[in-house]
Amino acid sequence: MSGYVLRRVGQSLLALLGVSIVVFALMHLVPGDPIRTALGTRFDQDVYEVLLARSGLDQPIPIQYVDWLTSALVGDLGVSFRTGQPVSDALMQRLPATALLAVAALLVGIVIALPAGIVSAVRQGKPVDYAANGFAQVGVSVPDFWYGILLILVFAQILGWLPPSGYTSPLDDPVDALRRLILPAVTAGVVTGAILTRFVRSSVLEAMSADHVRLARAKGMPSGYVLRHHVLRNAWIPIITVSGLQLGTLLGGIVVVEVVFAWNGLGRLALDAVVRRDYPVLQGAVLLIAGVFLLINLLVDLVYAKLDPRIAAS
Amino acid sequence: MSDQEQQPTDAPEPRGAGLEQPEIEHRPRWRETLSVLMSNRLAAVGLVVLVVMVVTAILGHRLAPYALDAQDLTRRFDPPSADHWFGTDDLGQDVFSRVVIGARSSLLVAGVSVGISMVVGTLLGLLAGYRGGWMDSTLMRTMDVLFAFPVVLLAIALVAVFGPSLRNTMLAIAVVFTPIFARVVRGSVLSVREQLYVRAVRSLGAGDLRIVLRHVLPNVAAPVLVQTSLSLAFAILTEAALSYVGVGVQPPTPAWGSMLSDAQRYMAQGWWLSVFPGLAIFVTVMSFNLLGDGLRDALDPQQRSIIEARGAGAKDGDA
Amino acid sequence: MMSEAPVLSVRDLEVSFATKRGVARVVRGVSYEVAAGETLAIVGESGSGKSVSTLALTKLIPIPPGRVTGQALLGDDDLVPLSERQLLEYRGTRVGYVFQDPMTSLNPVHTIGRQLTEHTRYHLGLSESQARERAVELLEQVGIPAAESRLDDHPHQFSGGMRQRVVIAIGLACDPDVLIADEATTALDVTTQAQILDLVRRLQRERGMAVVWITHDLGVVAGIADRVLVMYAGEVVEQAGVDTLFDLPRHPYTVGLLESLPVLGDLERRDLTAIPGLPPPPTHLPEGCAFHPRCAFRHDERCATERPPLTEVAPGHSIRSFYAVPEEAARAASTAARLPEPGSDRTTDPEGRDDARSGRT
Repeated sequence: MSGYVLRRVGQSLLALLGVSIVVFALMHLVPGDPIRTALGTRFDQDVYEVLLARSGLDQPIPIQYVDWLTSALVGDLGVSFRTGQPVSDALMQRLPATALLAVAALLVGIVIALPAGIVSAVRQGKPVDYAANGFAQVGVSVPDFWYGILLILVFAQILGWLPPSGYTSPLDDPVDALRRLILPAVTAGVVTGAILTRFVRSSVLEAMSADHVRLARAKGMPSGYVLRHHVLRNAWIPIITVSGLQLGTLLGGIVVVEVVFAWNGLGRLALDAVVRRDYPVLQGAVLLIAGVFLLINLLVDLVYAKLDPRIAAS
Repeated sequence: MSDQEQQPTDAPEPRGAGLEQPEIEHRPRWRETLSVLMSNRLAAVGLVVLVVMVVTAILGHRLAPYALDAQDLTRRFDPPSADHWFGTDDLGQDVFSRVVIGARSSLLVAGVSVGISMVVGTLLGLLAGYRGGWMDSTLMRTMDVLFAFPVVLLAIALVAVFGPSLRNTMLAIAVVFTPIFARVVRGSVLSVREQLYVRAVRSLGAGDLRIVLRHVLPNVAAPVLVQTSLSLAFAILTEAALSYVGVGVQPPTPAWGSMLSDAQRYMAQGWWLSVFPGLAIFVTVMSFNLLGDGLRDALDPQQRSIIEARGAGAKDGDA
Repeated sequence: MMSEAPVLSVRDLEVSFATKRGVARVVRGVSYEVAAGETLAIVGESGSGKSVSTLALTKLIPIPPGRVTGQALLGDDDLVPLSERQLLEYRGTRVGYVFQDPMTSLNPVHTIGRQLTEHTRYHLGLSESQARERAVELLEQVGIPAAESRLDDHPHQFSGGMRQRVVIAIGLACDPDVLIADEATTALDVTTQAQILDLVRRLQRERGMAVVWITHDLGVVAGIADRVLVMYAGEVVEQAGVDTLFDLPRHPYTVGLLESLPVLGDLERRDLTAIPGLPPPPTHLPEGCAFHPRCAFRHDERCATERPPLTEVAPGHSIRSFYAVPEEAARAASTAARLPEPGSDRTTDPEGRDDARSGRT
């Protein structure tokens, strides 16, 4: 068990190292001089030299990388080209909004996918199954931002029930925060729900076809009991795993949903950084999101090992 | 032993009169696949829609009832009518014409980017799976790193670095999709490589290139085809998202994603602006998905859809 | 042999499945009886309908697309018309099942104890501690050492042979009237196989249970059966006492099966003879006798047009063929199966086989 944990942690660190190299390289792939480009028409020699010195871009590349990485490890991701604010502060300001939306969307997705997936597997080939499959097919084919726009059109523009956009921290005003959360969470959640529905259905179907399920039935156990204790109990493991992985995917994937709903999260921060050519902020945001994604994957795998006694034993 | 019993063994009659297998085996494999595919009504509908879309994308301007730059400021925000099927926008432009012309950017970006990632990903997957060893681990670890980035975010970052343009959008999507193909191909190669007949051919002294071309490639063709169709669906979604947030296809070239961005601004003036470009994306994506699922059922039931593969991908890679 | 009233009596059992390629008639008019203490072996290739014919007794097949007709009398109760809910009182309690693959027949996420007690608690109303006591008793009976300490182990902590013993203990837990063993030893090595056969025979004697043993392995048949049913394409093609079947098989298919067995220590005497061709798919059965396209004894048009009835060729011995294999040809074919120790089969380990045969010959 501990050997597995070590190996898995090692792999994640290796991947994180790779991610850091890619993120670092991104800035150096910018044609020309990134600071000059960032300053654009507001170019000022003094500002330029300060930024150049602080970004370390005048150093040889390997040294720059090592400097950048060692600073990043202690949470120093440099300063914004635009505001001079430390990048890590900007990221921490935006992270809660993104995390809230991602978790809410995952919950919406799970609430949809569990019943839909289980019922459609148990009633395979029946109208419910076709309906769930149809939902899943439509869900994975709908562009999420379009679906979000339609929700705004209906629930904000036409019916006026909910605010069309904006983020409020639940610490400031819980009711307003919830009202603003509903539409973006449903937007991202339905797509997640569609992906998970397919997965839950196939996991349950696979679990249902196992030999030990036939033996449980042959023992004369009632079908509800067999479903709960021999089908779902076994199907949970992959379902929990993939749901966890979806959280990582959501964290990075809701950039566009954040834009639709003017949601002040990491995704919008990254996108604004692109528009303003604020490379340290973009670097930091991408590194953070990819790092969290790797971390979630790692945690999910460790939980998975805990749940399946066969892995724990090996 | 009596003669009676030996005779049928000496002159065996491999299949009895009542058995129906032989004629199927004489038909070429692609024809059988096509007939299975066409018997799947949803996949057939998907294929037909896609053919219509491709024709639309190619003819584009010639099909559109209004020219791209035809503005009529006296008819801004006209709802759908006989003159303007999908209504008009803030400049009095015909939304239907723009949707028709926009098909070109969408399909072009998706086609080129998936084409690149298919070729590159397949080569990398072949190399990794067939060579094995350090080559395999280096390549696949690199792919893992690319997998750790959220698709849209990585594409945005790449576009940010190289600047927004049609070409860079294609390249960004191609980079993002390459690992998916590399994984799929590597998986198939690994299973084919250990097949008895491949080992037999190798022990007879066949060269690597010959083995790959004659034995390995035909076996990875099916999963690659399925993956291509599903990736095209995903690429269209990605291109639309990039254009929506403003880093994809740039004006004045019309793209479905950027039309939706404008539509959101004028939501109060006309619902049709938001509905039709999105519907075009949805129908195209859905058709590729249906076709992909149909191909998978016809060719290789074990293949999972791209999204499931991506969801579970991180886990598989670590196993 | 049939002095007692049969425990299980199956009449004209038909099982079909609606498939995309048409109706698959998987079991066609199968009838048999098993008495207490008796072992009936059902032999056939995969796809012959032998497994489905027993799974269908308590509807352990998907319905729909499956469909079961005929009669399956367990004592006085006909199982065929019963609902899923009513069948719960028979499955596990009066009809015990043991399936083929010990590696997959146990749920990997539950302990052995849990899997051995859930049905005794449900059916027999035992408390948890009573059920555990019973489980320990059963594990001891099937020869698992330190049974008590192993109840909380998971299946992956057991070897294949040990798991199959657990699966047998599960099948026996509620004292069934009939035990149905579906290829129960096929996945095991020969030594373990012999031990399991021995175990089932012993438990059967102790409990006076009827056993239906499904296998494609004639060596196992010789080791355990009193009577044998040979199935082909969903039909019974030959039915006889075990000695008769090996001594004087009369159906061309059975003769072909015996001829395809290699004989240990006798390899030079005769060539192996495989039956040419393949069994027909159940959606497209041939006209006439289902075996005629492959039959070495096919005589005339009648074989290809008329379905032969099951007819008695000697008391207790019937075949479904218009033409029985001539006695001398049948004897020649059977020599293999009787020499040197009758249970010879492809993987025979003579010692294991001796063990398996003990107490029978």
